[in-house]
Amino acid sequence: MSEVNLGDAPFTMTIDGKRVEARPGEMVLAAAKRAGIAIPTLCEHKAVESFGSCRLCMVEVTKAAWKGWKGLMTACLYPAAPDLIIETQSERVLHVRRNVLDLLLARCPDSTLIQRLAAEHGVQQTSFSVREQPDLCILCGLCVRICESAATSAISTVKRGHHREIGTPWGGPPPACIGCLACAHVCPTGHITFEEHGATRAIWGRSFELQRCAECGAPLPITVEQASFLVERQALDASYFSRCESCQRRATAQTFGRLARWQKLGLTQEPDARQEGGKR
Amino acid sequence: MAETAQARFASVEAFLRHAALLKTSPEATQRRVLVCLGTGCMASGAREVAAALERALAALPAERRVALNLCMKKTGCHGFCEKGPLVVLWPEATFYKGVKPKDVPELVERGIVGGEVIERLLYVDPKTGKPVEKYGAIDFYARQTRIAMRNIGLMDPANLDDYLLRDGYQALAKVLAGWSPEQVLKEIEQAKLRGRGGGGFDAGRKWRSCKSAKGTPRYLICNGDEGDPGAFMDRSLMEGDPHGVIEGMAIAAFALETREGTIYVRQEYPLAVEHLERAIADARARGLLGERILGTDFSFDIQIARGGGAFVCGESSALMRSVEGKVGEPRAKYVHATDKGLWDKPTVLNNVETFVNVPRIVEKGAAWYASIGTARSKGTKAFALTGKVKNTGLVEVEMGTSLREIIFGAGGGMLVDGPKGAFKAVQTGGPSGGCLPESLLDLPVDFDSLTDAGSMMGSGGMIVMDHSTCMVDVARYFLSFLTDESCGKCVPCREGLYQMYRILSRIAEGQGTEADLAKIEDLSQAVAVGSLCALGKSGPTPVLSTLRYFRHEYEAHIKEKRCPAGVCKALITYSIDTSACDGCGACLAACASDAITGTPKKGETFQINTLQCDKCGACAAVCKRGAVAIS
Ligand SMILES: Cc1cc2nc3c(=O)[nH]c(=O)nc-3n(C[C@H](O)[C@H](O)[C@H](O)COP(=O)(O)O)c2cc1C
Ligand code: SF4
Ligand code: FES
Repeated sequence: MSEVNLGDAPFTMTIDGKRVEARPGEMVLAAAKRAGIAIPTLCEHKAVESFGSCRLCMVEVTKAAWKGWKGLMTACLYPAAPDLIIETQSERVLHVRRNVLDLLLARCPDSTLIQRLAAEHGVQQTSFSVREQPDLCILCGLCVRICESAATSAISTVKRGHHREIGTPWGGPPPACIGCLACAHVCPTGHITFEEHGATRAIWGRSFELQRCAECGAPLPITVEQASFLVERQALDASYFSRCESCQRRATAQTFGRLARWQKLGLTQEPDARQEGGKR
Repeated sequence: MAETAQARFASVEAFLRHAALLKTSPEATQRRVLVCLGTGCMASGAREVAAALERALAALPAERRVALNLCMKKTGCHGFCEKGPLVVLWPEATFYKGVKPKDVPELVERGIVGGEVIERLLYVDPKTGKPVEKYGAIDFYARQTRIAMRNIGLMDPANLDDYLLRDGYQALAKVLAGWSPEQVLKEIEQAKLRGRGGGGFDAGRKWRSCKSAKGTPRYLICNGDEGDPGAFMDRSLMEGDPHGVIEGMAIAAFALETREGTIYVRQEYPLAVEHLERAIADARARGLLGERILGTDFSFDIQIARGGGAFVCGESSALMRSVEGKVGEPRAKYVHATDKGLWDKPTVLNNVETFVNVPRIVEKGAAWYASIGTARSKGTKAFALTGKVKNTGLVEVEMGTSLREIIFGAGGGMLVDGPKGAFKAVQTGGPSGGCLPESLLDLPVDFDSLTDAGSMMGSGGMIVMDHSTCMVDVARYFLSFLTDESCGKCVPCREGLYQMYRILSRIAEGQGTEADLAKIEDLSQAVAVGSLCALGKSGPTPVLSTLRYFRHEYEAHIKEKRCPAGVCKALITYSIDTSACDGCGACLAACASDAITGTPKKGETFQINTLQCDKCGACAAVCKRGAVAIS
């Protein structure tokens, strides 16, 4: 997704005084990560497009040609380019980061992730007014984005400004939800929770039946809705989700056993299949 | 003429012939009764006035009407809504204000037929106390230079021929008669036209980078979202001169070689939509929009998109998402809309006022335009002047005009006499603009001078404040607006502006500390550089500018627990000055909290029970003797 046509050849840039190799089309964050330079992030995740909402990954960017002008950019969205000079720990960068973490700590004082990140930046306690009835949601938007890209856009952000929150249509259980848990798994603070008992799974105020193994009847780690969603979306065969892992393994073993036997008989195809083909 | 008038112009020549013919037609020399039907005047009853006028004029004997050579025009907003409903007689330029339906018979009999001037309906100059007859002699208009608003109020926006009579579509015809797109680009570049929507970005440069970006089609968008509370210049332009917007866009489209344009209009502007729709349809029917415009190879059409209803939807990337049918939220990308804008295609987005300037530049030349204004800001700017000035409304002045000239010239000076009514500050730039003090009254207003002074041009809001305004309260008010209107996507803006609002509230309630000031300044810096879009980036401006020029007022709230302007409720008490009180009892009746005791009788006086007092100020507002003291 390169904005400048750089060809395909890797190039170098400078991060914190270090020469770092980068590839056309990648973002500063990815290049830094590969070079072992840590930049804190909260709203970035490899499974979704970058969003630039937490502003934690800000770095100071300049170029010799910019005559001393430096800009604060989010590393997760700023395209790597030859000869960039990047500082990840400048005073300006740390000032923004400290404030972001201080603000998030006022929003989510109980989040251990935020507590740890804040402490790493010298913020032990928030200097702002703590939100009344705080929860663990930092509004990074990862859940909404993963649901959009990997599932059904069952949840979204609602309301504006300080009242923004992650919500469901009409505030009730989301009708489009398939119980896939992508949101819960991607949530960095553990705000989104779910429960699983036997063959049922509960999330977002809804309860889902788990798919059962066609052979042994054991619950599979996938809901019925999720299975049919995947079958449709990935054009998979429904049988793909019909057996539990151990039954699947047993079935595979049996198939291999049969194969070995046919090969001994000098056959390349299963006799039954040949018959079927002949019938058509 | 009706039939030929509706025909489609087959060529530039046919258009020019028609336009020339119009100018010699009887219509061109008709006397006009111009009735303002802008949103403001409609709110004060202009529709009824227009209906009454129509009836009265129709009731005149036929030969009378012919002899008078009269026509009535329903126009767009004159910008002086406060004085509406407005009726102007043209060409004699007699200006009548506050016209009621009951005034119409007299207006027609004496004013129009009799040719007399009806003094009681004239505007009274607040400085001299004398009535002023002529439109152009009223300070409010005399001190303006109207380029963008040149047509508003003087023609019927729903009548294309009316626009042609005012040289409408001449610029487009000129371009189509032989200019190259490159020539148009150069002209706009040389005119140094800068965008009027807030950022003041060089329009020519924007068009050029779109044109050189890879990818087609290119898109052209007109930003008519106008979310700044109190601003209404774009609304007035869209309502009062819709063809001006269309012509500007068509010329831009020609330069950009694009066929598709969109006007994004704020949800709350139904009249603007109606007028634009009508104008687009008329322009299409006459071959001024659509396929093969004026018979040339140039095709261009415009559609209207209704706004998403939020302030932030006016922001470039949010607006484009909204046009795409997605949530109107700013998008973080280090790539310009001129490269990847609407549908990820090269896009030019300009403000309504920016486009309206374009035909004039083409018509009169870049050199003419660049000769107006300051070194780096050319042309004029329309301001929505409000607050504590005598004349409020739309004021278009040359760039470089001083704040003093705007406020005390066109604005007619401060509204209220006495020390409380004296000038204290002027807030420019809309909700995320800044407040400038008296010492900067002689500042020549342009994009850069305002930014350097710690405020901004924004879309041209201008609120004048006197000493009854508390600067802490002002900063808090704008922060509360921005906190609500922030989209909430990024942390510095969503959480930062909110915390700034909390701190300001504490200070206003007398709970502030000196550390709060350092805190709010530190946070302001982080929000200004850390936010994703310009809403957050400029969000701290109200606080920073008031801290810069009115720090003592913050300190009075913090150290002395005192609100010098007598605004912040927690820091003031109401009492009755018994020596001034004449016992009329007006306060007693006005108080909704039963906080006032006493008997209304001459020689008696009243007490305010401070514990019960809600500090609503109702008593002070009704007291004719100014006996209610605030301390
Ligand atoms: C929060 C926010 C609101 C905005 N609202 C408007 C608006 O209502 N109208 C407008 O023309 N520009 C608005 N802008 C500016 C636009 O983003 C953009 O810069 C402008 O429309 C470009 O046109 P111009 O170059 O002709 O000024 C807004 C910007 C921000 C950050
Ligand atoms: S700065 Fe404010 S309005 Fe802009 S993206 Fe961030 S939260 Fe939204
Ligand atoms: S990781 Fe959140 S803004 Fe880049």
